[in-house]
Amino acid sequence: MLSYEFMRLALAAAVLVGLTAPTVGVYLVQRRLSLIGDGLGHVALLGVAVGLVTRSAPVLTALLATVAGAVAVEVLRARRSASADVALAIMFYGGLAGGVVVVTRAPAGTPITLDSYLFGALTTTTRGDLVLFAGMAVVVLAVTIGLGRSLFTVALDEEHARASGLPVLQLNLLLAVVTAVTVTLSMRVLGLLLISGLMVLPAGCAQLVARSFRSSLVIAALIGVTVSVSGTAVSWYADTPSGGTIVLMAVAAYAVLSIARLLRRGSPPPEPGAVPVPVHPARRPDEAALPR
Amino acid sequence: MLLSTRPRQAPTAASTACDSALTVRGGGFGHGRDAVLTGVDLTVRPGEVVAVRGPNGAGKSTLVRGVLGLCDVQAGEVRLFDVPRARFRDWHRVGYVPQRHTVAGGVPVTVRELVSSGRLSRLRAWQRFGEVDRCAVDCALEGVGLAGFDRRLLTELSGGQQRRALLARALAGDPELLLLDEPTAGVDAASQRVLAATLAGLAETGAAVVVVVHELGPLAEVVTRTVTLPGMGAPC
Repeated sequence: MLSYEFMRLALAAAVLVGLTAPTVGVYLVQRRLSLIGDGLGHVALLGVAVGLVTRSAPVLTALLATVAGAVAVEVLRARRSASADVALAIMFYGGLAGGVVVVTRAPAGTPITLDSYLFGALTTTTRGDLVLFAGMAVVVLAVTIGLGRSLFTVALDEEHARASGLPVLQLNLLLAVVTAVTVTLSMRVLGLLLISGLMVLPAGCAQLVARSFRSSLVIAALIGVTVSVSGTAVSWYADTPSGGTIVLMAVAAYAVLSIARLLRRGSPPPEPGAVPVPVHPARRPDEAALPR
Repeated sequence: MLLSTRPRQAPTAASTACDSALTVRGGGFGHGRDAVLTGVDLTVRPGEVVAVRGPNGAGKSTLVRGVLGLCDVQAGEVRLFDVPRARFRDWHRVGYVPQRHTVAGGVPVTVRELVSSGRLSRLRAWQRFGEVDRCAVDCALEGVGLAGFDRRLLTELSGGQQRRALLARALAGDPELLLLDEPTAGVDAASQRVLAATLAGLAETGAAVVVVVHELGPLAEVVTRTVTLPGMGAPC
């Protein structure tokens, strides 16, 4: 498998996507915006179609469309308008429908490959793509890891973050833009319809086993890399589409972890580095803390 | 008590010069065009523990939220440490304990992670947690009696313990003005005593405290002044 150049490139792309998508997903899951990636995927399709029709790079036009969509989502959310929910639906389905319609206007001779964007075409990754993907991955990780503490604080309690003087709107916009970049980065590997899967499912897996937010981030990234690399390998041997295979691997990981958790329920949950806690923990520290 | 034994950060020239931590003059607060509260005059000095009381719907929470910029200031003037609210940037000097009973999201979060988030306003965006910050978090946890609980998940705490964790989050930022919104609602007597002791210790260090309460309970011993909002019958 590794003797083929295109498979080496595909695996490298899978590592990049597997690492970055879940680090974004953890914040989205914490903010209960799990499906936002899916909506942005719809918007990206319009960008791809415009790129194909104008014979410019679909990755760049998709990036522009998705970033615009992501910013619009955040602005709508910040306004807390009652019609925001419907406005999102209009944007997402407008994007999808626009993409489907616009692409038919592609000039004659254009190989219309909307399918490869909808469901992923990992093995068509070129060296040029990989450099672009790596750059995007660095940007995403710089934000999700570098500004992790701020993003976490906003995701945990937006109102308290605002009262603490944190630039909440700017941080939310940044996360939205990073989500958009991740969607664009992942669309060739997973396909626009499956992107959200690799963002959210590893975060869901982490939810089952992690004992802190920080470990959730690490576990989600590890699971993301594992399922995207193994999914790519399986798709090579079983001759299945890469995107679907990767997401199925993530679903399998979730199922295995859920069962493991159920089986472990019988015994008390282990506490890593646990501090011995009295049977009625609420009482004693109280007394100790009282000055009189 | 541990809160007062730890050396606080040296007060800045600005903080020592202030004789009022919070001033509201003719304040009107509400949401958009809906006024909830009008004509509020309130001055809170360092070292004071002021209880804000009043019937349901009187706008107690709205007052606190208005000061913090979480709802609209429709009239009058709000000054924090003698700086008009619109120009106030030192939000790390202000702590807030919201009315909400619980904090939970989609991902597991430890007590330490929650409390540490209260320290963030004292750090720059890319700045890492230092020894001082870790110490502040330890002290805050100890102050509310959650010292052994830092690795617990928030979801494993009782309601009262979660409220204490929220208090610790505010304390971790070493606030010079602490605003608490109904911190005693639905909390057992032991937790209320911890709260009273914590607020007393904080006031001793020269911080100003504003606490919205329905029933004073154990707080009666530490409150230095009570302000009662009459209530206009407007929905909150």
